[in-house]
Amino acid sequence: MNERVAIIGIGSTGFSPVSPDLSFKELTYSAAVKAYDEAGLHPKEIDSFITGSEDFMEGYSIFDEYIPDQMGAVLRPAHTVCADFIQAMGVGCMMINTGEFRTIAVEAHSKASNVKTLDEVKAFGLDPVYLRTLKENAEFLAGLEMRRFLEETGNSVEQCASVVVKNRKNALINPEAGHGAVLTEFDVLSSHPVSTPLKHLDAAAPSDGAIVIVLAAEEVARSLCDNPVWIKGFSWCSAEGNFWSRDLSFAKYASLAAKKAYAMAGISQPSKEIDFAEVCDEYSYKELQHLEALGLARRGESGYLTETGATSLEGEMPVNTSGGSIGVGHTFEASGGMKVNEAVQQLRGLAGKRQIKGATTGLVQSWRGVPTGTGSVAILSNES
Amino acid sequence: MTIIKVPVKGLSSKEYERSLKVTWQPELQYAWDNGIAIGKYLEALKDGKILGSRCEKCHRIMLPARSFCELCWRPVDEYLPVKDTGIVNTFSICHVNWDASRLKPREPRHLPAVIEIEGASAGMGIMHLLGNVKPKDIYIGMKVKAKWKPRKDREGTITDILYFEPVRK
Repeated sequence: MNERVAIIGIGSTGFSPVSPDLSFKELTYSAAVKAYDEAGLHPKEIDSFITGSEDFMEGYSIFDEYIPDQMGAVLRPAHTVCADFIQAMGVGCMMINTGEFRTIAVEAHSKASNVKTLDEVKAFGLDPVYLRTLKENAEFLAGLEMRRFLEETGNSVEQCASVVVKNRKNALINPEAGHGAVLTEFDVLSSHPVSTPLKHLDAAAPSDGAIVIVLAAEEVARSLCDNPVWIKGFSWCSAEGNFWSRDLSFAKYASLAAKKAYAMAGISQPSKEIDFAEVCDEYSYKELQHLEALGLARRGESGYLTETGATSLEGEMPVNTSGGSIGVGHTFEASGGMKVNEAVQQLRGLAGKRQIKGATTGLVQSWRGVPTGTGSVAILSNES
Repeated sequence: MTIIKVPVKGLSSKEYERSLKVTWQPELQYAWDNGIAIGKYLEALKDGKILGSRCEKCHRIMLPARSFCELCWRPVDEYLPVKDTGIVNTFSICHVNWDASRLKPREPRHLPAVIEIEGASAGMGIMHLLGNVKPKDIYIGMKVKAKWKPRKDREGTITDILYFEPVRK
């Protein structure tokens, strides 16, 4: 990037399975107030506004029309990016790099609890000719991918279960997380089979919450903020549309996105230069698969690293210190936002009991869920 | 030039659907949380009141009630009922149904209107229907009043007001 971009304000509502006390507008407003206050900006001083959202999850088509009020963006430039928060954040970085915008607010929220037919929405993402006609719950794709991944890499269902145990344990010390629990691998393995080898507890549970950040060009960031978090690199990538012709053992989309993000950030040895990672764990095996794709674990070793504690809070490469989607809750297009929030807290030294000492560089990664092969990666740092 | 007649039998609509298309009927259902402001607004309707909210900074009385002023970017200072009378800001006479099917000649036309409610700030309209009025008699600036459902039938939805009807002197 020609122009360096930093996060200068962040607001989170925290995450919970339901949020009946607030409308989606009120939920976003409460996150936006915190973010703008931290950035020291009135929304009139913010140049443009972006929401990462998916119309089917909102129950509104042309959802763009419903974002200005709660972001303070009435009669201002605003648009939605129909993708994960990290992609919306990347769009914000690119807008700043045009030179036309100095500050950008990026938002994503989940009101998954308001979608009464979540499985229908998931089914709507399936190809109508080749997949929907089979009339299987969309999660069967996760079962298929998990089996192929385990088969080819030698990772085990027990190691997947240890991802769940770790993440839900981390969530216990994250006040924003909705699914903290003390579990054992046995609990995970003996939970109800959804689509084997995937068990009920292998999957993150839907959650509500909102995240807003304020991005700023370097000069603005330095003048307004004592602890900016720099976006050193970002990228995203989409695989072919046909789920069944992808390499299901390896998350190529994450690997390619990471390569680009590492190059932008000048990272040549990811596992040495990155202090912690918030990766997509919508399903337990995805954390392992993503770690291998991101180059943070060698192929076939992600399970071993997890099992032996290398990815725990005390380990060499802490992964999902927030609790991940499994521990915090799955927030769809806001998932990347939840991860960015954790990375910002870590890089500012504000992560409380979860704090990784001396952390300077973190990786955040998201995936858009079944049946997609779309993932994004960003590298954040407290050092410019 | 010789014209050759080719015997053609068209596909029935069923055959057409089956052979040339794949169909899908989604079953999408939502239950949106009302939250603070919409919740209060709907509750007030049940009570026969139209609820606005006031911002101390811009002095607007906004309708429907909202929990924050989207222009001043601050929480509202007060929720307060306004009157159930107003004037027609704009209206349309709809000759089609929700699904775009045409109304039959004798069916009453639908009469959606933006109504500027008395007691709210200028230009603060709500969307509703007009009733008990002939389409040709409606005009911009016409004074109207809410026709409420009987109290026992109200459910806390905007249809607790059946329609707005002309105020006859």
